[in-house]
Amino acid sequence: MIFIYASDDTALELATAAETLFPGEKRIAIGTKCNELLAYFDEVWSLGEFYPNAELLRPLLTAIVPSGSIVLLPHNTFGLDLGPGLSVKLGAAYVPDVVGFDGIEGATLKAVRQEYAGQVSAHVHCDISRGAVITIRSGIFRAAEPSKTGQLIDHSAAVAGITPRRRFVELIQAESGDVDITKEEVLVSVGRGIGDKENLALVEELSEAMGAALACSRPIVDAKWLDKPRQVGTSGQTVKPKVYLALGISGSFQHLGGIKGNPFLLAVNKNPKAPIFQAASVGVVADLVEFLPVLTEKVRAAK
Amino acid sequence: MEILVCVKRVPDSAENEISVSSDGRDIKREDLVYSVNEWDNYAVEEAIQIVEREGGNVTVVSIGDAGAEEIVRREMAMGANQGVLITDPAFEGSDGLGTAKVLKAAANRAKYDLILTGAQADDGAGQVGGMLAALLDWPYASLVNRIERKDDATLRIGREIEGGNQEINDIDTPCVLSIQTGINEPRYVGIRGIRKVASLEVPVLDSAALGVNDAGAAAAKVRRVDYFVPELGAGAEMLEGSTEELADKVVGLLKAKGAIK
Amino acid sequence: MTQLFFLLVALAGLGTFTWIIVRRVQPLLHAAPDPRFNDIPRRIQLVLKLWLAQWRQPRYLLAGVLHIVVFFGFLILAARSTELVILGIVPDFSLHLGRWYDITKEIAGLAVLAAVVILAIRRAFFRPARYTGHTTEALLVLGMIATLMVSELVYSRTGSLAAYTIHDITFFTFLCFLPMGKHFHVITSLFNVFFMRLRPGNVKPVKYGVTDLDSLPSLGVKKFEDFTWKHILDFYSCADCGRCSDRCPANRVKRPLSPRNISIKCREAAFAQYPIVGVRQAPSPVVGAGQGQAGAPVLHEDEIWSCTTCGACEEECPIGIEYIDKIVDLRRGMVDDGLVPQSLQKPMSALEKRGNPWGKLEKNRAAWAAKMDVKLVEKGETAETLYFVDSMTSYDDRMQKIAQATARVLAKASVDFAVIGKDEKDSGHDVRRFGEEMLFEALKEQNAEAIRSSEAKKIVVSDPHALNALRNDYDGMPPVQHISEVIAENVNKLTFKPLDSAKTYTYHDPCYLGRHNNTYDAPRTAIDCIPGLKRVEMKGNCRDRSFCCGGGGLMLFYEPEEEQRMGVVRVRQAADAGADVIVTACPFCLTNIEDAIKVAGLEGKMEAIDLVELVDQQT
Repeated sequence: MIFIYASDDTALELATAAETLFPGEKRIAIGTKCNELLAYFDEVWSLGEFYPNAELLRPLLTAIVPSGSIVLLPHNTFGLDLGPGLSVKLGAAYVPDVVGFDGIEGATLKAVRQEYAGQVSAHVHCDISRGAVITIRSGIFRAAEPSKTGQLIDHSAAVAGITPRRRFVELIQAESGDVDITKEEVLVSVGRGIGDKENLALVEELSEAMGAALACSRPIVDAKWLDKPRQVGTSGQTVKPKVYLALGISGSFQHLGGIKGNPFLLAVNKNPKAPIFQAASVGVVADLVEFLPVLTEKVRAAK
Repeated sequence: MEILVCVKRVPDSAENEISVSSDGRDIKREDLVYSVNEWDNYAVEEAIQIVEREGGNVTVVSIGDAGAEEIVRREMAMGANQGVLITDPAFEGSDGLGTAKVLKAAANRAKYDLILTGAQADDGAGQVGGMLAALLDWPYASLVNRIERKDDATLRIGREIEGGNQEINDIDTPCVLSIQTGINEPRYVGIRGIRKVASLEVPVLDSAALGVNDAGAAAAKVRRVDYFVPELGAGAEMLEGSTEELADKVVGLLKAKGAIK
Repeated sequence: MTQLFFLLVALAGLGTFTWIIVRRVQPLLHAAPDPRFNDIPRRIQLVLKLWLAQWRQPRYLLAGVLHIVVFFGFLILAARSTELVILGIVPDFSLHLGRWYDITKEIAGLAVLAAVVILAIRRAFFRPARYTGHTTEALLVLGMIATLMVSELVYSRTGSLAAYTIHDITFFTFLCFLPMGKHFHVITSLFNVFFMRLRPGNVKPVKYGVTDLDSLPSLGVKKFEDFTWKHILDFYSCADCGRCSDRCPANRVKRPLSPRNISIKCREAAFAQYPIVGVRQAPSPVVGAGQGQAGAPVLHEDEIWSCTTCGACEEECPIGIEYIDKIVDLRRGMVDDGLVPQSLQKPMSALEKRGNPWGKLEKNRAAWAAKMDVKLVEKGETAETLYFVDSMTSYDDRMQKIAQATARVLAKASVDFAVIGKDEKDSGHDVRRFGEEMLFEALKEQNAEAIRSSEAKKIVVSDPHALNALRNDYDGMPPVQHISEVIAENVNKLTFKPLDSAKTYTYHDPCYLGRHNNTYDAPRTAIDCIPGLKRVEMKGNCRDRSFCCGGGGLMLFYEPEEEQRMGVVRVRQAADAGADVIVTACPFCLTNIEDAIKVAGLEGKMEAIDLVELVDQQT
């Protein structure tokens, strides 16, 4: 049986992954708010309504998921929290952060992972004879189409007997500031490649000339050059623009994970080997400090 | 608090490119220099700050070859009270679970109230902390970016989650926390600091001392077969030309996509 | 009866004054050692020039001239005042100063009085921006000086007892008031100039007399007594004239640093910790995070990291107060405690591991010379002259062009030279100035060994930071020259092509070539050899008043709080001087200035070039 923990819209991508790897196997969505997924799964196990605290879910899933099962999780802050411990408790293999599959041979699952911030990839073989917990990077599989008429099974009683040793208290929302990049159609986004705080002015001028909002990657926020609400990525905002201009952004999956909706992605980077060029629609190899003033000038002229 | 921090020696990949060795079994290591995994360094700083506030001891443990002693000493120079090095060829090729088993044995050698790990490493997957907690049957939280004491038996912690939001939890001790960068500002350790701890003893433990015989390549369910370099630039159409020409082409594309208002 | 009264006044005044001075000397006695009795003739020469001749005063013309009037007035009137004080106790006492003296002191008294009136009006109504605070204190002192002058004039003419009494009491009040604040300089400046630092460019050792740093329990300045006694004397001597801060580039761009404020805050800390009445107080930490609340550090860490060590403040101070050594000592203390900004930790660690701040591969250090015919020590080649390239010029894509131009110009001047290659490490110049003395020592030892084994007889550099390190920080090196000096010496061997351009050039003095190594003329000579080149000076901001471009070495990595870049200020100064091209002679200056041109929006209107690139082009 393939269990898919449905924490957010990645559940539909995981459904496709399940179909690709284990065609025809019974697939079950499991989660706290997943009743609307009946069209995509054979069964939907509803756990009731509560905050998806991994320390509560781990004993809960250990109790109700049969041994030998395959559990698919999104590789995000939730999957990272739940997956490793769950695999230990289920006695299953743990295959983290998968970016591709090469198929299954007997009890060996062949997967592809990345290391060193995507600079090199690795083929990984995994013994899944006693089940596996697999976390999959978002954006690898397309979302599934509705094809099932699943059955809703209520497991909400199972939570009653569990006293978690970690208790959710509250969510502190990131300060939204004066800009909401999640609603912008065009984003000019800047990364570490800009080099110097003062060079940010060059990016600001371009975004102004284009009439676009300014966004950035994590190092820029870590350096306190721009505010947190402008950060795109798994630890920042998830954006859905039509056009995304990536300036000096290397293209870590944490950053790309925050870009949804398959925008026209134009990347400018000094390093021709930057991983961003894999994800980009169009690439330019250039030094930003030289390139941006010229570009800004031409953008102004084009208006 | 008695705190154990698990640290790992990793290649410095910030400036120099990581490439694959000719047989594909490893990355090219000739020109690499090594340092402590950045996330682990934040974990050690956090442990030191907790002990500065509450009293107690910080112990640093690392699994690796003799080279890992250098990073154990660096963390001791930072302020960790003691260091332990775990070295045994039998542990080579361990998967995440194997590593967690070895660390569990190390953790059981004393009574710790808190175990910290880095949230991830460049050559890892952010798995060992969660597995160690499960093996010890302790509660766990990942991506921790804030730790405060709530009461004698509870810590109030923040987790960095999507959207830059922070998930606040209360967690019972003893527990395992994996630490996210940015939780603090790690202090600088220079040559002088390392020299000061040069004479301190760093005990070395092997599988016999720890009583662990189910780690290593043979026990691993997950193993890396080879490294390879992913196809580069596959997706992007690369523009060519002088700066002027490039800018013209980019403006043309942006205009066509309606990105110039 | 009146004699007894004036005797008591004198005894009380002198007794109080002595007590105050004894208390003020206490911190100096607890301070770190600082040998300052070497080269007495040079010290006397400095006293005559800076103190007696007030050499640096006219750099700020109006304030300077007025100060000179008051200074000489005081010197002249000192004899008369002494005579007057004794006269009250011993009737008919006279120093027999003569008629000429009487005339002189009359003129002096009137001149001082006039100067004081102008100064008071200026202080109260037209206060220059560099004066902040202390206005009441300044006006009070000016009032006392005026009172002394007037009462002396009145007494000399009328013999009025009242005038005498006023003079006598004001005299002792004034004397005892001096050590309470910024007017302490009236007493201490003579000593401060005598003991001022003699060796430019160099940085003081961590602790005088200690070579084994591992034997020290603590490095650098952490508590007040870690300053040397001379540095505390500096704090006492600051007259709060604000010239240092007025010229300080960090202060100009609104970084949280003002050298004058360091002196004032530390003086106040000294007075608080060692009060005139009462017991010695517990010390506050000298430098750290928090500010404002009780027990907070005297100085903020950002203040101390903001300094580029350009030396403009020390060049300006009329009485030889030093700042760079203090800044470096404070940084040493922070480094020793691990209090290093995150932005600096990575480059420092890369310097330790790879010998350059980016962590680039050692084997690529001479990659810039790959397609050139350059001798490499790493291949066993030797030459009479060694070209020490240093990290910036070795690795930075743009700055490698300086290395290539230097190699070509040396060849054109028929200089037989070699480059070390992979065994060359960063000179450590700015590692040292950022307080990481141990790392500096390690880099220095590796370089010294590589230089010794190259058997070179001379060293040439294109980076003034390397020049200063090898010349002033390293010991036992062969003579070191900057490439501009080599060019100036070899102009006869070079054939200069006329410049085919109507552009106007200006020369930017790099701090470590100019102020710290006194090389102002060689680069100008080199530029002026190019026929048809029009050169202007950035008047008021050239030579020893050059404005720092933003700093080199680790300053490239530091992220200061500032309102604008120093480089932008500098580029605007060049534009104001009517220049189209800024010539400099330092890879860091070139980096900062090229970036600043873009930030200032002057791209296409202004350009920057290194001196050696320009000479290479035109020969």
